[in-house]
Amino acid sequence: MNFWQFVVQNRAQVGELTLEHLWLVAASTVLAVLIGIPLGIWITRWPPANKPVLGIANVIQTIPSLALFGFLLPAPWIGARADRMAILALTLYALLPMIRNTYSGIKGVDPAIIEAGRGMGLTDWQLLLQVELPLALGVIISGVRVAAVISVGVATIAAAIGAGGLGEFIFRGLAMVDNSVILAGAIPAAAMALLADVGFGWLERKLSPHQIRQSAS
Amino acid sequence: MDSKANDSAAIELREVSYNLHNGHDLLHDLSLTVQCGETVVLLGRSGSGKTTTLKLINRLLEASSGDILVDGRNVRDWDVIRLRRMVGYVIQEIGLFPHFTVERNISVVPNIEGWRSDRTRDRIQELLQLVGLDTAIAKRYPYQLSGGQRQRVGVARALAADPPFLLMDEPFGALDPLTRAELQKEFRSLQQRLKKTVVFVTHDLRESLLLGDRIALLDSGKLVTMLPRADFESSSQPLVVAYRQAFDSGCSAGDRK
Repeated sequence: MNFWQFVVQNRAQVGELTLEHLWLVAASTVLAVLIGIPLGIWITRWPPANKPVLGIANVIQTIPSLALFGFLLPAPWIGARADRMAILALTLYALLPMIRNTYSGIKGVDPAIIEAGRGMGLTDWQLLLQVELPLALGVIISGVRVAAVISVGVATIAAAIGAGGLGEFIFRGLAMVDNSVILAGAIPAAAMALLADVGFGWLERKLSPHQIRQSAS
Repeated sequence: MDSKANDSAAIELREVSYNLHNGHDLLHDLSLTVQCGETVVLLGRSGSGKTTTLKLINRLLEASSGDILVDGRNVRDWDVIRLRRMVGYVIQEIGLFPHFTVERNISVVPNIEGWRSDRTRDRIQELLQLVGLDTAIAKRYPYQLSGGQRQRVGVARALAADPPFLLMDEPFGALDPLTRAELQKEFRSLQQRLKKTVVFVTHDLRESLLLGDRIALLDSGKLVTMLPRADFESSSQPLVVAYRQAFDSGCSAGDRK
């Protein structure tokens, strides 16, 4: 049976697993944004925290994904459901690009602009919301883009702990030594990664308009 | 201490020192006063402590010792945000917000001060005319302006909420000579009308003689001398003489006398 026949015959399941996959990626990316951006801002305000925070996020990233899923198994509440474990693990992976890009985006704002703002009597909050975050937005969005693309890939492994998603087809195909089943998982996942890349890339350009990239001063 | 020694002093520095954490001192026992409505130029070579002095006045830096009084009140007792909003600040790099149009750049402080929008709008028009800009550029972004236009916007932004004080850190230093001369002249006539209390930092003797009511010569963190413009031109103080000679000598002096 070739790939197309398999997809057409199992279209309901392909759709369902794609939606599951999307849920895992979306939930974890949103969580990573909600945690990573504040953390990234915090370490620009309190420099002693920046090395430990980035260090920990870096170490998390080096843990093999299967092992990380295994570590979470005994955790209370989280370990009770496979999708919770998967979302937590994916969130942890996505943290590093979020924190790092928020931090370097803010740190990359021209110091003369910051000094002018402080000299004008902007409070730290006003400076952050009106100047630093808008100017760092492009870099931050590119962090979201990296985080989402990583999540789409790692989420395929979540099937190994029963969290569903397109990894189901990949593992099943591997077990059956059937390439068309593997492709039924791999191709939609690849398409999803590409779409995330293109979509966030577009947003990145949209939110860092001409006048910001040309950073005149 | 005689706290009210000088009633008309708008800005007063009393034995101010500023040391880096490694003990290196950038300013040493600096005392000077700026009278209400006058322009004092801090003149000196790079590293003499001019910029440090400015940043101590609006508390971008904190003095290690000594007192700085703005409007009769120690800067340590000022709410730092209030202090900075009554002290306009213009720097060489300008620091316009690149994601804001000219009018939004100028209206940053009026907006956070809660001005009504029609008042802000009128003020923008008034300021653009004051600094010699066509009001049509209000909708442009900083990258669409020339260097001279940007610095004019920088001055307009600093004047937006009509602060009585103005700190200017080599504001015309990065401009080409013609534009610089133009802005210097305009600034002088502007200052004659506005009568702000200005502290102006430069390393350019000609600029200091053009703009300063009094000139304070700084060298390695110390005040060498502070003289009215006319006295400065005739002073026999060795460093002043050296400074004058540096500017008079050579072929660069195309405009002697």
